[in-house]
Amino acid sequence: MTEQRTVQFRVFRYKQGRERPWYDTFDVTVTPRTTVLEALQFIRRVHDPSLMLRHSCHHASCGTCGMRINGQERLACITRVHDIAGERVTVEPLANLPIIGDLVVDMKAFYAKFTPMAMPLIRHSEFLPEAEPPEGVDTYTRLENCIECGLCVSVCPVAASDPLYLGPAALAAAWRVVQEPRGQNVPEILAQVDTAHGCWRCHIAMECSAVCPSHVDPGAAIMALRGTLIRQHLPWRRKQQGGDAHEPR
Amino acid sequence: MKGAFHVLVIGGGATGAALAHDLTLRGLRVTLVERWEVTAGTTGRHHGLLHSGARYVLTDPDSARECIEENWILRRIAPDAFELNDGLFVALTDEDVTYLDPFLEGCARCGIPTRVLSREHTLRLEPNLNPTLKLAVQVPDGTMDAMRLPLRFLATAQHHGAEIRPFTEVVDIHFQGRTVAGARVRDHRTEREYTIAADVVINATGPWAGQIAQMAGVDVPIRPSPGVLVAVEGRLCNMVINRLHPAGDGDIIVPQRRLSIVGTSSWVVEDPDDLDVPEAHVRMMIDLGALLIPTLREMPVRAAWAAARPLVGPRTAHSGRELSRTFKCFDHADEGVEGLVTIIGGKASTARAMAEVTTDIVCAKLGITAPCRTREVVLLPHTAYYAG
Repeated sequence: MTEQRTVQFRVFRYKQGRERPWYDTFDVTVTPRTTVLEALQFIRRVHDPSLMLRHSCHHASCGTCGMRINGQERLACITRVHDIAGERVTVEPLANLPIIGDLVVDMKAFYAKFTPMAMPLIRHSEFLPEAEPPEGVDTYTRLENCIECGLCVSVCPVAASDPLYLGPAALAAAWRVVQEPRGQNVPEILAQVDTAHGCWRCHIAMECSAVCPSHVDPGAAIMALRGTLIRQHLPWRRKQQGGDAHEPR
Repeated sequence: MKGAFHVLVIGGGATGAALAHDLTLRGLRVTLVERWEVTAGTTGRHHGLLHSGARYVLTDPDSARECIEENWILRRIAPDAFELNDGLFVALTDEDVTYLDPFLEGCARCGIPTRVLSREHTLRLEPNLNPTLKLAVQVPDGTMDAMRLPLRFLATAQHHGAEIRPFTEVVDIHFQGRTVAGARVRDHRTEREYTIAADVVINATGPWAGQIAQMAGVDVPIRPSPGVLVAVEGRLCNMVINRLHPAGDGDIIVPQRRLSIVGTSSWVVEDPDDLDVPEAHVRMMIDLGALLIPTLREMPVRAAWAAARPLVGPRTAHSGRELSRTFKCFDHADEGVEGLVTIIGGKASTARAMAEVTTDIVCAKLGITAPCRTREVVLLPHTAYYAG
């Protein structure tokens, strides 16, 4: 038999119309394989069906189950209770986004910044570069890495202090358009991020890249946007672009 | 919309999402309620296969035909939603090769295009495949994002006036005499209960359809049939890889983003809320998947999970494999309960067709003659659902 133990879950609660949020505690018996999402599903099924959380794919592809687990932004579906230190697990909603109820945040503000970057969702696949595509398929493609989970926005210290900041997810999407335009208007996207609340607002805390569950590396993307814009803004560069097409390195 | 008939859809999965879209296009007023987040039940947890239908040609040709027809429609109405890298059915053994002719004939009968590839050609397309393979057949499978396709249906329905209410749980069916006239719901956001009146209620709750039917005093032949899926790190193939044999356990690998997803097992349960992920099934997925792609065994496991299929079948069914993947719509007026329709069975790839058939039945009840337009109307991007 697999080793079982009982873990106390301290869960953030909030319902619209209530004066203030509160915490409920529940005991959950877990095995080494139990994920935080499974534990929360158990709490909802057995203890309190009104517990609100978001989940869908259960394998870190949909990005819905982002939350703060003992203060750290994580996807609940791939976080094993066993891997969290301590006998108590505190579960709270993502920060820097409005709360709808319990562990659920309103993603509207996230998409208000993400969608205008117009990142196409299908990209070239860089895997198995030696593989020949089959007849009828021009080139192998795949879905973009970003799963729109909001972990990077939650952990970002600048997003916490500047509500107008575009934030790491949107800026990373902008960089993907610059990297692989797929018919999008690159100068227009660069103009959108070249603002005081755009890529220049980042403090290089790099927490976004540390918590990203999907290899997006928003911190590096923001630095790359800055590099691209600096090269465009240098006066000698502008002059050169008008006359000489030579690319300085 | 004022004065239009009002339809209440229970269930925010792929079926409910496609229903909300079809019903609004036909001029109906629509409210959709889902007790959790949308797609949190079965819908979000499938392997992400855009079916060509080839998986079913040997055992379930009706389902195969539905799949290929919907495959072409979805490519049209949801552009840029799929990894369109096609799929392979790989024969690993001489026994697998004996299925080649029936497979090709079955595909031809169902209208699924095929191309037979030699061992060498197959390995040039997919270098990680088991090098001892005999041959492969190329079919138009694809990869989808299991959550985002239904979000597109929901976004478009919402844009056309449908009211989508997640975290809103049906606690009872509301009757007027013997006629279903709406539902009593509890909003988990506000802790309030209220009644939603409707001319027709549609039970689109997948494996939970039996529980809603029970509230209305009717019975539906639903067999919740879970399967285990395992995602490993690393994209080991670009195409969808299937084993060339009658559909069974652990015989499909769906690549998606940077992951490879192996599925599935199959059993039946009474309560779709209480799904176990048996360790033995996880090991079986890895063992069987590694027959197709040996390096799979070396990759770290990203996640293992279970999802309950909403299969149509008798209570005697025991593994779920013997049940068809096609769908069935029930007008409970046939049992003396007017105003309630249940749709069960099917799969994410055929949700649009399920919605078309169900909406046809609802429109016939209400005397509405508007034709179905969901084969042509291009869906909004998934991001529009949350952007509002």
